[in-house]
Amino acid sequence: MAYRHLLAAQVRSQAQYRASLAVDVTGSVLFGVLDIVSVVVLFRVTPTLGGFGFAEVFLMTALASCAFATADLMVGNVERLRQYVRSGLFDALLVRPLSSLAQLVAMDVATRRVGRVAFGVVMLVLAAANAPMELTLARLALLTVTPIAGALIFGAVFVATATVAFWWIESGEIANGLTYGGLNFTQYPITIYGALFRRLFAYAVGFAFVAYYPTLALLDRPDPLGAPTFLGYAAPAVAVMAAVAAGLLWQTGVRHYRSTGS
Amino acid sequence: MTVIEASGLRKEFTVRVKSGWLRRRTRIVAAVDGIALSVERGEMVGYIGPNGAGKSTTLKMLTGVLYPSAGQVRVCGLEPVPQRTRLALRIGVVFGQRSQLWWDLPLRDSFALLRHVYAVPATEHAGRLAHCRRLLDLDAFLDVPVRQLSLGQRMRGELTAALLHGPEVLFLDEPTIGLDLVSKQAVRAFLAALGAAGDTTILLTTHDLADIERLCRRLVVIDQGRIVHDGSLDELHARYGSRRRLVVDLDEPLAAPLALPGVTVESTQANGRRITYALDGTTAAGDLVSRLVEAAALRDISVLEPDIEDVVARLYTRQAAP
Repeated sequence: MAYRHLLAAQVRSQAQYRASLAVDVTGSVLFGVLDIVSVVVLFRVTPTLGGFGFAEVFLMTALASCAFATADLMVGNVERLRQYVRSGLFDALLVRPLSSLAQLVAMDVATRRVGRVAFGVVMLVLAAANAPMELTLARLALLTVTPIAGALIFGAVFVATATVAFWWIESGEIANGLTYGGLNFTQYPITIYGALFRRLFAYAVGFAFVAYYPTLALLDRPDPLGAPTFLGYAAPAVAVMAAVAAGLLWQTGVRHYRSTGS
Repeated sequence: MTVIEASGLRKEFTVRVKSGWLRRRTRIVAAVDGIALSVERGEMVGYIGPNGAGKSTTLKMLTGVLYPSAGQVRVCGLEPVPQRTRLALRIGVVFGQRSQLWWDLPLRDSFALLRHVYAVPATEHAGRLAHCRRLLDLDAFLDVPVRQLSLGQRMRGELTAALLHGPEVLFLDEPTIGLDLVSKQAVRAFLAALGAAGDTTILLTTHDLADIERLCRRLVVIDQGRIVHDGSLDELHARYGSRRRLVVDLDEPLAAPLALPGVTVESTQANGRRITYALDGTTAAGDLVSRLVEAAALRDISVLEPDIEDVVARLYTRQAAP
């Protein structure tokens, strides 16, 4: 498949700068470490957070971290759309017989972010072992599917926020607010947030499905906010909806592309 | 067979102009303002115009990059934007400033990748690549990363990249811009051969009128979003009265000015000892020369052929003056 070749070419391009790649991979692991450290530090001062203990929040954080790192690796660089639009380089993608989004993603995959994904997976294994639950086959399946669905939700958010560049080139910080901010949001139980904030991010954007609801299902805990239990298994469906919405937004954006310069 | 067909094609951009503290006025500018164009298979068309005339915008609408604000457009029978990926398989595009090549990889790798992108059978790909390698002298730098290529080398790479999938139409936006003379000639010779083969329809924009003189029998001139000329180079000369000039150096100024039909004095220098005459279309220089020989001692004489740059410059300024 063409995309696979594009991806391989990108990896080869980045391997040309070997030292820089090694430094970047290390740096990316550090980001993952910081995710976990912040949770540990929080629990030094409080025994519970929003009604959840350390082992439970640790599991949420690990799920969120895995999902985010995977999305960041696969489509995180879609934010470079801004440069493509500003320089008009996006033209080059549009004259090829492939999807512009898939090309951008394949051509800009950030190999260095592999480190953070690997670290996230290790943390998830630790968190699952440490959590007060019995590891059944069903739980194992949920533990595998959830980060993938979560990655899709984050990926949709990455794409949707990047799309803003088609209308407004000086976008940037808004996108980061939703993506990196989203990671912080999903790491903790949604019970700690105010009602407005929760409605916006947890329900409207769908961030509650990245880690919170699946964790409840894994731990067999009812939602303190009273949500039905099946929501713990709804992440894949939500993820597909998010992806479709992001795809439609992208298509609309491409029609607004102005192709600056000559 | 008509390959490119456009009518009433229009593209508007909204421009925001700052008009005070936080206040912006929006203004709608038509970059392309109702263009009708029809290009037959195998034609080679030069598309020229001053900066900002709408050349690139037209090309982008024809290739599916930009969505037209109004009008119809079909290329190879397809609608460029809705059928973009299908169209992309049948057209080749060289946008001088926007590379199709992979910056950090050897040129050879870019070609291999493009084979997968366009799903070209290996033998066809190899055949076309061999052809381009021979005609464009690519072998010397096939293994060099694209970022290290000179502009001329890169442009030859871009041309190859645009042709490896055997496109029916080739769109070239400023293919010779910034190239040195040798590279320019290599590119022109290559395009001339491609055009002569007759299978590929070529539409090229340029600022270098030598490209047009060398390559294109048909010339489309656009200014302020509208087509102001569509025809041959000769027709352009005839229509906008390009004239040959006769420059004469005399020993003494003329006693009385010469009056001949179709001849005007364009300038007089050196106290009347150098005169530049402009000759209308078909006026022969011979009459004027024999009259001059009778009237004064002729020291030197030279004939200047009409210059396409002059014609086009005149065309642009005429359009600019409302």
